[in-house]
Amino acid sequence: MVQLIFILFALLTLGSALAVLLTRNVLYAAFFLLITLLGVAGLFVLAGADFLAVSQIMIYVGGVLVLIIFGVMLTHKQQPEQTASTKPNYILTRHRGWFWPLLVAVGLFAALYSVLIRANFVMFSREAVWQPTPAIIGKQLMTEFSVPFEIAGVLLLVALIGAATIAAASRPTPTNHGNR
Amino acid sequence: METVNPGYYLLIAAALFSIGLAIVVIKRHAIMVLMGIELMLNAVNLNLIAFSQYDPDRLQGQMLALFVMIVAAAETAIALAIILQLHRHFNTVQLDEINDLKK
Repeated sequence: MVQLIFILFALLTLGSALAVLLTRNVLYAAFFLLITLLGVAGLFVLAGADFLAVSQIMIYVGGVLVLIIFGVMLTHKQQPEQTASTKPNYILTRHRGWFWPLLVAVGLFAALYSVLIRANFVMFSREAVWQPTPAIIGKQLMTEFSVPFEIAGVLLLVALIGAATIAAASRPTPTNHGNR
Repeated sequence: METVNPGYYLLIAAALFSIGLAIVVIKRHAIMVLMGIELMLNAVNLNLIAFSQYDPDRLQGQMLALFVMIVAAAETAIALAIILQLHRHFNTVQLDEINDLKK
């Protein structure tokens, strides 16, 4: 049963990732990316990481993907031949040549595959433990990982301010008169 | 609860990473490149979590995956802000057409 669900999520993940690769429409790619991220969240659950699966859905699907779709919409320039309101307005990407990139990607996968097939991880001979993780993660964040946790907080604040500053429209040059 | 052979997680992560790399190299739209990077980060997280289920006391893999997610969120926000400014300056987001330092 678990195997079946695993295969389902794996097919969902890899299939929609391939669809992101194959489609030309940026908006469709964003929605296929949504399915991929949901599939990865399902795989997280099957690997015993329930807290991270929920964070994956909240951070990626709820935050990053909405941000990406906003980016697609904001940077889109309407094509002059598509101004008729009855026609759908496709947001397209262009491709480079397919040969060399695919050769690199398939070669990388072949190399990783041959290494992983031959590898013998000692860890995998142990018994996997399936347990609720939020309590342990909370404890770890407050003890062993407290410094990275604080740094992550500062990083998020800096990223927030930086993104708002960079994305702001270039402000007019300050003038001397009118000190409101 | 029966568990899946963790080797399969590593294979799926390898495939996802390769697909992400192909997207980064093939696509010319800046946001598509960003999506490919997200896929590659997800593949790495999958690897970390597949190993982390054999470390139930400290869950170091899951902690590292959590921090990877945080950094990925920050990276996406900054990257999209930069892409917005690029679009304002060059009026395009197809990366091959952006070849001037100043315009």
